[in-house]
Amino acid sequence: MNDNQGKSKKAKVKASSLSRRELLAAFLGVPVALAACRSSAAPRFPEGRIVGASDAFGHRLRDGQRVEPPADAWQHVNVVIVGGGIAGLTAAWRLLKAGEEDFIVLELEPVPGGTSQSGSDSSIVPYPWGAHYLPAPMKENAALVELLDEMNVLEGRDADGEPIVAEQFLCRDPEERVFYKGRWYEGLYLHAGQNAVDVAQLAAFNREVDGWAAWRDRRGRRAFSIPIVTGSDDAEVTALDRITMDEWMKERGFNSPRLRWLVDYACRDDYGLTVEQTSAWAGLFYFASRMRVPGDEAQSLITWPEGNGHLVAHLYHKARTKVRLGLAASEIIPTGEGNGASVDVVALSSDGRNAVGFHAQKVIFAAPHFLTKYLIRPYRESAPPDVAEFQYGAWMVANLFLKDRPASVGFPLAWDNVLYESPSLGYVAATHQRGLDRGPTVFTYYYPLCDDDPRAARQRLLEADWKSWADVALTDLSRAHREIRSLTERLDVMRWGHAMIRPRPNFIWSGARRRAVEPFRSIHFAHTDLSGIALFEEAFDHGIRAAEEVSAAMAKN
Amino acid sequence: MRIESMSAYEFVIRIPHSAMPMNRTPILFLNVLVIATCGLIYELLAGTLASYVLGDSVTQFSLIIGIYLFALGAGAWLSGFIETELARKFIDVELGVAILGGLSAPLLFLSFAHLSYFQVILYGLVFAIGTLVGLEIPLLMRLLKDHLDFKELVSRVLAFDYVGALAASLLFPLFLVPKLGLVRTSLVFGILNAGVGLWSTWLMRPLIRGSVTGMRVRAVIVIALLAIGVIKADTLTSLAEDAMFADDIVYARTTHYQRIIVTRGRAGFQLFLNGNLQFSSADEYRYHEALVHPAMTLAGRAPRRVLVLGGGDGLAVREILKYPSIESVTLVDLDEEMTNLSRRFPPLAELNGRALEDLRVRVVNRDAMIWLEEPSEPYDAAIIDFPDPNTFALGKLYTTRFYRLLKARLAPGAGVSIQCTSPLFARTAFWCIIRTIEAAGFSVRPYQTAVPSFGVWGFALARVAPFDVPSRAPSNMHLRFLDDQAMSALFVLSVDLGPVPVEINRLDNQALVRYYEAEWRRYE
Repeated sequence: MNDNQGKSKKAKVKASSLSRRELLAAFLGVPVALAACRSSAAPRFPEGRIVGASDAFGHRLRDGQRVEPPADAWQHVNVVIVGGGIAGLTAAWRLLKAGEEDFIVLELEPVPGGTSQSGSDSSIVPYPWGAHYLPAPMKENAALVELLDEMNVLEGRDADGEPIVAEQFLCRDPEERVFYKGRWYEGLYLHAGQNAVDVAQLAAFNREVDGWAAWRDRRGRRAFSIPIVTGSDDAEVTALDRITMDEWMKERGFNSPRLRWLVDYACRDDYGLTVEQTSAWAGLFYFASRMRVPGDEAQSLITWPEGNGHLVAHLYHKARTKVRLGLAASEIIPTGEGNGASVDVVALSSDGRNAVGFHAQKVIFAAPHFLTKYLIRPYRESAPPDVAEFQYGAWMVANLFLKDRPASVGFPLAWDNVLYESPSLGYVAATHQRGLDRGPTVFTYYYPLCDDDPRAARQRLLEADWKSWADVALTDLSRAHREIRSLTERLDVMRWGHAMIRPRPNFIWSGARRRAVEPFRSIHFAHTDLSGIALFEEAFDHGIRAAEEVSAAMAKN
Repeated sequence: MRIESMSAYEFVIRIPHSAMPMNRTPILFLNVLVIATCGLIYELLAGTLASYVLGDSVTQFSLIIGIYLFALGAGAWLSGFIETELARKFIDVELGVAILGGLSAPLLFLSFAHLSYFQVILYGLVFAIGTLVGLEIPLLMRLLKDHLDFKELVSRVLAFDYVGALAASLLFPLFLVPKLGLVRTSLVFGILNAGVGLWSTWLMRPLIRGSVTGMRVRAVIVIALLAIGVIKADTLTSLAEDAMFADDIVYARTTHYQRIIVTRGRAGFQLFLNGNLQFSSADEYRYHEALVHPAMTLAGRAPRRVLVLGGGDGLAVREILKYPSIESVTLVDLDEEMTNLSRRFPPLAELNGRALEDLRVRVVNRDAMIWLEEPSEPYDAAIIDFPDPNTFALGKLYTTRFYRLLKARLAPGAGVSIQCTSPLFARTAFWCIIRTIEAAGFSVRPYQTAVPSFGVWGFALARVAPFDVPSRAPSNMHLRFLDDQAMSALFVLSVDLGPVPVEINRLDNQALVRYYEAEWRRYE
């Protein structure tokens, strides 16, 4: 559907009007579509619906709808935080720690958390709608260590001062399995059937990664560090950002299909991009940033049944009285200069009916950066060119509510369950971390749309209705679990139009990010996309930084 | 006239001759032998099966024999109402016996696993088979009566009948039960009965009016059905299992959580969960006395509240209830069907002394780990008797996290004992459990004993505060295995059971399951 861009509207074909075979062929490939459509019987569907993501409201703003609040609906507040995702909630958490009480968080959606939100309407277990784990932080990430201490996730420090995560919060074993040609295998890398070349290339790839884990610049900084602001900007490292991960692998002769699959899977999983689309810097970041010293296991993962929704719940609980859900910033207007500088924020209820205004000293803009050109008045009139550099991937996430576990051939159910031959990322079992080993469960199925043109991806995402997406998810999973349709009692679909920032080559180190982090008049910016990759730690770090900038600036005045 | 009278004479003589030539009668006595053997086999099957699953073999055999003999009489009496078509009716009866008798053992096993009115089915089936078998001999005798005078008829038929009974009673215990098992025996003898029916369509052809094709087709169908049963006998009690278990499967059921199998053999009965032996009634006392009493004596004061995790068979609870100080026992076992079996399956309920019916015992059917996360009154002792860690779902019940949750549920000074798999067959797994309990903050003493059904078996005795190993066995409890000397001997580990370096078992590494799999695989 990429080539539909720019053609007449008539040429566009709605996914929901495609035949079933065309739909499945478009999302899962022709062989699967043919196999699925071989039987003439109508496929079974569970109940379910499209949930979340108030795209209608966003589209109204994009199309220029503005409302002026009545004069008596204005109030004064020190700080307005725009966006109640991880960055905004973290900024709130940091402001409260600094003793700042006079602020408000505006969140469009009826629930906090952004792409880390979760669902709790299952009687079995809460489940994620997006981000679902956090690698255990190293001691240098003091603010994050402090948060985890506060949440009683840590039970102390080891001899080196590294935080020790309490056992029940570390992802339980078995962590991953992969389905290939009718059978499940332990781990993500497909060892079964590998030949000597595969083995040698995997070892060589690991040596490359180890080399980068050991690498330090003249100032002693790591090549890849979390948050990335603590890593090196040395030319040797940033040069990696100018080529794709695919080019990097080809230069080194890495052509083992299963190694390429692993790297491609990693790129799709973390960035919603294929190995051909991902910056080599970002690709290597995935492998090298979570390793303390070469040869180490990657840092353990912290997770909860509801994924990062658990972190959201904690941050939200702390700032609860400050967060206005279902109330979205619709216009941000910087006023005055110098000491008299302030900023007005107009907010609209998500039904578009009620408008309120805030006269603020500072704004922390903690929404995705592409929204600046719709919300910040001077940007709307003339946006800095950097804004267009921020591109986002489209994702479909489905939650399947199963009355019982499907049978598995080979290795048993793990936390993360990946289908080798699928464009999806497979599914995560929400009951795994709860220790519910039998009976009903919830599977969270992830499908990134990796089109080169992100607008084409969004169009495909939104044109496929509930039934289409349910069919894609169920048909895909039925490769590994034939009985999935009869076990699934409900299937809900979330369509994330702007799910995650896409680290294509020449984005992370092009300068656009660095410039976008700079405050604009009284507006400070905080969002994971300012790091060029979507990670809890990055969103958290930007939230902390922006809150500290604001606190410092206000203390000066 | 002469011709006519001749032909009349010939007619009188020849009818019986062509219908039942004298040279065929010995073969008919073979029929008597076969059906007599079959009849007794069904009776023995029902009696054996009933005493397997209901226990109390004297009562069961007595009841079965009584009902069966009475049914034979009922059948004989009913035969008086059959006036015509004797041969056809005889063949119908044979096929009826073939079906009911042939399918009796599989039918009874299935109904025992699934039905609460098992006894109704058992005695009803015995009566039905007995009635049909009771029809056989009177019908055969009437078919033969025109060839032999009455004296000869009675002596021969009854002689073959009793020879068949002898054959059955010798074959059954010496060959059939040990080699074929109850299910296949039943099916094979059903085939013999149906074979008699089929063969009789030739043998008695002259006595049958009209076409015999329909009867032959029916007989062939019955034989085919039973033959498929023999081949598929594995799938009836869950096949492949028959080959796996040395003894007969008397109970087989897949619950929500596991496959429960009870087998019964000469040495008593055994419980298997997912194919793994949990106990054998012959030597379980060694295991359960060793499991329970060291922890109970460690508590210092007389234990009042005791926690049992796993152990749905109720055998550990039986040992605990021997302490007069006990006020409450909480048994947490995942599988409700397992604890129900321990209550309602007579041999098991007898073996555990109806421990689960005791008013002091509370049964909680929950996942032990999730149950431990919730607060409760502290316990004076805890007995942990989970199946061996051969899946991730079981492996989590041996992690540091699990033992830490347990620690929070214990009264000060409480003793804990834990079954730890075999230190001989799975030495690394055994030490992994020991070191994991230590890592959770307990003082631990490993111990072992020989349980013939299992081999050398390992346990851990643990308490938060350091302790000396118990040297005295509880007295006045009529223990069969433990005395002071045996108690001290538990804590002696020979060189080949000694410590080996291991990783700690955690939720995020499940090291134990991997050790266990690697070690037991060597013995498969």
